Amino acid sequence: MSTPSPTAQTPKKLDSLAGNATDRLTRRGFAVMGTGIVRQKFVFTFAALASLLFGVMTVGDAWVLGWATEHVIGPSFADGQIHSAALWTGVGLFLAAAMLRTIGVIGRRLLGGVVYFRLIRDDRMKVTRRYLQLPLRWHHRHPAGQLLSNANADVEATWGVFMPLPMALGTIAMLVAAVVTMAFADGVLTIVGLVVIGLLFVANAVYQRWQGPKIALAQSLRGDLSTVAHESFDGALVIKSLGREADETSRFRLASERLRDANVSIGRIRAVFDPVIEALPNLAILAVIGIGAVRVESGTTSASDVVQIAFLFTVVGMQIRSFGWVLGELPRAVIGADRVGQVLAEQDEMTYGLRDIAGTGPVAASVKNVTYSHPDVPETAVISDLNLDLAAGSVVALVGATGSGKSTIVSLVSRLIDPDAGSVTLGGVPVGELSQSSLTRTLALVPQTTFLFDDTVRANVALDLSLPDEQIWAALRVVQADRFVEALPAGLETELGERGTSLSGGQRQRIALARAIVRNPRILILDDATSALDPQVEQRVLTALAQTAAAPTMLVVAYRKSTIALADEVLLVEAGQLVERGSDAELRARSVKYRNLVDAYDQARQEVDHE
Amino acid sequence: MSDLSTSRPSATQVLTRGIRQNPEIVDGIWFTMALAVIGTAGGSVIPLVIRAALDHGFGPAGVDTALIGKYVAIATGAMVLIAIAGYWSKVRIFTASERGLANLRVAAFRHVHDLSMLTQNTQRRGALVSRVTSDVDQISQFLQFTGIMMIVSVGQMLVAVVVMLFLSWQLTLVVLVSFVPLTLSLRWLASAMSRAYDRVRASVGEMLAVIAEPVVAAPVVRAYGIEERTQERVDAAVWANYRANIKAQTITAGAFSAAVLVGGIANAAVLGIGVWLGVVGELTAGTLVAFFFLTGLFTGPAQMATQVISDAQNAVSSWRRVLDLLDTPADVVDPAGSGTPLSSGDLAVQFDEVSFGYPAGPLVLDSINVTIEPQQRVAVVGETGSGKTTFAKLLTRLMDPTSGRVLLGGVDLREVSFDQLRAHLLMVPQEGFLFDASLAENLRYGSKEASDAELVEAISGLGLGDWFASLPGGLDTQVGQRGESLSAGERQLVALVRSALADPKILVLDEATSAVDPQTELRATRALDRLLSGRTSVTIAHRLTTAENADRVLVFDQGSLVEDGRHEDLVAAGGVYARLHSAWVAQASLG
Repeated sequence: MSTPSPTAQTPKKLDSLAGNATDRLTRRGFAVMGTGIVRQKFVFTFAALASLLFGVMTVGDAWVLGWATEHVIGPSFADGQIHSAALWTGVGLFLAAAMLRTIGVIGRRLLGGVVYFRLIRDDRMKVTRRYLQLPLRWHHRHPAGQLLSNANADVEATWGVFMPLPMALGTIAMLVAAVVTMAFADGVLTIVGLVVIGLLFVANAVYQRWQGPKIALAQSLRGDLSTVAHESFDGALVIKSLGREADETSRFRLASERLRDANVSIGRIRAVFDPVIEALPNLAILAVIGIGAVRVESGTTSASDVVQIAFLFTVVGMQIRSFGWVLGELPRAVIGADRVGQVLAEQDEMTYGLRDIAGTGPVAASVKNVTYSHPDVPETAVISDLNLDLAAGSVVALVGATGSGKSTIVSLVSRLIDPDAGSVTLGGVPVGELSQSSLTRTLALVPQTTFLFDDTVRANVALDLSLPDEQIWAALRVVQADRFVEALPAGLETELGERGTSLSGGQRQRIALARAIVRNPRILILDDATSALDPQVEQRVLTALAQTAAAPTMLVVAYRKSTIALADEVLLVEAGQLVERGSDAELRARSVKYRNLVDAYDQARQEVDHE
Repeated sequence: MSDLSTSRPSATQVLTRGIRQNPEIVDGIWFTMALAVIGTAGGSVIPLVIRAALDHGFGPAGVDTALIGKYVAIATGAMVLIAIAGYWSKVRIFTASERGLANLRVAAFRHVHDLSMLTQNTQRRGALVSRVTSDVDQISQFLQFTGIMMIVSVGQMLVAVVVMLFLSWQLTLVVLVSFVPLTLSLRWLASAMSRAYDRVRASVGEMLAVIAEPVVAAPVVRAYGIEERTQERVDAAVWANYRANIKAQTITAGAFSAAVLVGGIANAAVLGIGVWLGVVGELTAGTLVAFFFLTGLFTGPAQMATQVISDAQNAVSSWRRVLDLLDTPADVVDPAGSGTPLSSGDLAVQFDEVSFGYPAGPLVLDSINVTIEPQQRVAVVGETGSGKTTFAKLLTRLMDPTSGRVLLGGVDLREVSFDQLRAHLLMVPQEGFLFDASLAENLRYGSKEASDAELVEAISGLGLGDWFASLPGGLDTQVGQRGESLSAGERQLVALVRSALADPKILVLDEATSAVDPQTELRATRALDRLLSGRTSVTIAHRLTTAENADRVLVFDQGSLVEDGRHEDLVAAGGVYARLHSAWVAQASLG
């Protein structure tokens, strides 16, 4: 069979990124850099100053060598005796230059790091704040993977340029100082210097330009490789039972070899440029010595100046690379900043009212003439003109085929989303007028997908409430979770690990149920929240729930007959509309649709038997 | 796996083992190294030219431009050769290491598929993916960046020391002594750095988990109004990560600056002692000046050393993880060619005194004895934890029994080659897992060589023709990641067709518990019925009707096979099954 080839189109796409687009990205990258500098102007200024100090003192080091050659080494070797004062001055100058350079480099690296890490820290907190403010309908439109990458990789990419930036600024200072020093020493040699510095810039820029698209290609091939591995390991059971290991291995080998080839081609470019960039300053030094010899002969310059300029090249050459690093980071910065900026620019927010619901005990809920359509497909209503009432204290089952709108109804009643038209009330108060605290005190929802926090059992149940142990245990008892929680190594204080991976699906679901029950809600909504429980356990949990002292009004999205059986009333929804309501027995008696749906398994079996 | 092992192999052991695994990484390494060392000689040539020029060219008698010109010309030639050597060595390093690492990836990937933890412990899958992706990337980064840097640094220093010794052993000593304290503290610095970066990594892990909460748990956060608590947790994790980074950065900055300082001290010492040596006639001015250039060659490597050591530690632990994975014995071994051939035709399955327990755990299955005859339709029932799933895993040889034997046609499964086993016996998992490819490609996982016509035939053979006709893309329909463009029920249908194409004699099914829409459910039930006809089947049953319609029901309770018989007989017997059944009936008839 032909194996899927997710990578076939990538190279073409990346080629188009080169050229003009790169220039535009670079320009916009400087703008991103500017905003970062402004945000951290204080620390950044000090980092830059430290880097300037380092750059200038590096040239100073070369100057000291020139000075020492002329005033210490020359005279001493000529006279055959030590000129103490000059010698000690020379030693002192070397040490002083070293001290200042040391201070410079500490400041540059440390403060530069502070700038970078502060920028990403602040952006992470901003982005996650935005996530918490943005309403659920916004979340539904954005895949989780993308949002996580916005808060992590994209934030880092945006500010990555700040790692080499201080060094690059210091290098500018160094170059200016170097050229000035050279100019004082000898004009012709200065021209040699400028030519070589120019060549180094060009070499670095060409290097970045050539390598950039190849690095991007390797990055995307790395992603493909990871996708193949993920998919193959996820489908391990299928692969194993069908004996397809060898074919899977060739699929992975193909991806792996593509990545290998991309990496080797990056390596070839590096292999060309590294030696060139290393050789340029050395060739410059040789030119300086050669031309310098002629200049010394004609008496226009001195041997010590030649030594000093030669030494300058040994220190300047490598530093110029930092410009290449900065340029290389700019396109990433733009892409990162665009993605992060998009999140931060989102203005959508769910506002809450100030009202409360009076009294205690179960509350009624009602949905009146509600219409709702998915923000991405506004023309098709998910819910159209829906009306339903839940009497206080009743247990209502919501039944319907996949895609009939059950989860949307649940989200509307819980005010995770607002309807396009119509109203939802709890205890007679429109949900939009309720304060957030009143809403969360009144209503508890257990969503379809269980989420446990990387925290203790207690924290997962209590969340932001501080509750006595007894209350937590009581909730755990209701959901039949007390036994297994007792058996955990640290009981309530046991850390559940990331997303509660140490527990089974049924156990996780029970913790999520306890989380809802412990709050003594006045209305409890279960969105297919017992699917991972054994039918027997589910039965016991739901019965215990319905029997608690101040049993809440319950709205239960259900598939299983056992769940439905507990309901006082069943609502059958189809295409976002309520089509039948009544007790299970009534609906069974009068609705074929209902029977078909609820008896799907049995009916399927019977039909097969009749064939 | 390695996480539990107490004695960690040393870095040298890991590297030796790694190279033994992929010797192609070090193909022609000595030649490469020789080229690399030549490639680093550029920095040492310059001081020699300077010295020669100062001592012989810029003489008191005037400048000998011809001589200097000759030196410059020779040195320029040398520079070109050095650059070529540098290019050549790097190309060789890149090619050899990438080739070796690609092979390492593939070997590790292949091995993962032989490990039962892949199917047993789904939580570890992410970690296994890292073994073949980021861990290998880490090694590659190390070999090609840090490794080259290390070779360049060491080579440069070696060449410099040789040149220095040639020029003046006294000044060489001065330079080396200046760098001694820094060299001695490198070990300490490196371990401080590695601790600091360990903390950074740990904080990244925690931060990623907590940052996921506002996104993945958005409905929970909204429903419980815990935005503030969540933000506090995120902020705390982000700050912890920030502090860990700053701390690590501080250590790096300290190490880096120490090298700058030491370089300055070395220059000062060279000047002081060099002038004195010159005055007593041990040294020429050119040699002394050349030494300043040579000292510079030490500062860079000393700065890099701490970085190199910390990168090396990371790479070694990545490499160790990959090698540990390769060293994890495949617990279910394919006897392949040396397997006992199965006789053709329908075969019975027999469990002979089979027990199973996880290491250091109680028995999950205890002394199971049962024979399943050809063409039987068997339902396996029991509560969660009764051992029914383990029974199926042993039957399909996803695991081997702790004691006892599982026999297929009288042959121990451990002696049956995977090819033969799979031709006979097929497991259909609960979730119909699909690959991100076309429908046809997914079906061909069942039978590689099947033509399009055969695929369509298999589809209609299971009575799914009308469903197939409803797919807009036909066989070319792209099913999306994990098949998510299709509904759960449709994925199940594809899995059934795939199984039909594989055409096994015995089918082991894990019945789906999650509900799908009624229409698809009906189709799946019909298709399954056709698939099972004429085959032996063992179904882990979650539905009453499956047990009711089976030829035989095996009832598991707390690791034992407690009842075995027809549905009616077992109900009449009034035991475990009767209890389970009445609970089932209660649920079903409550409706």
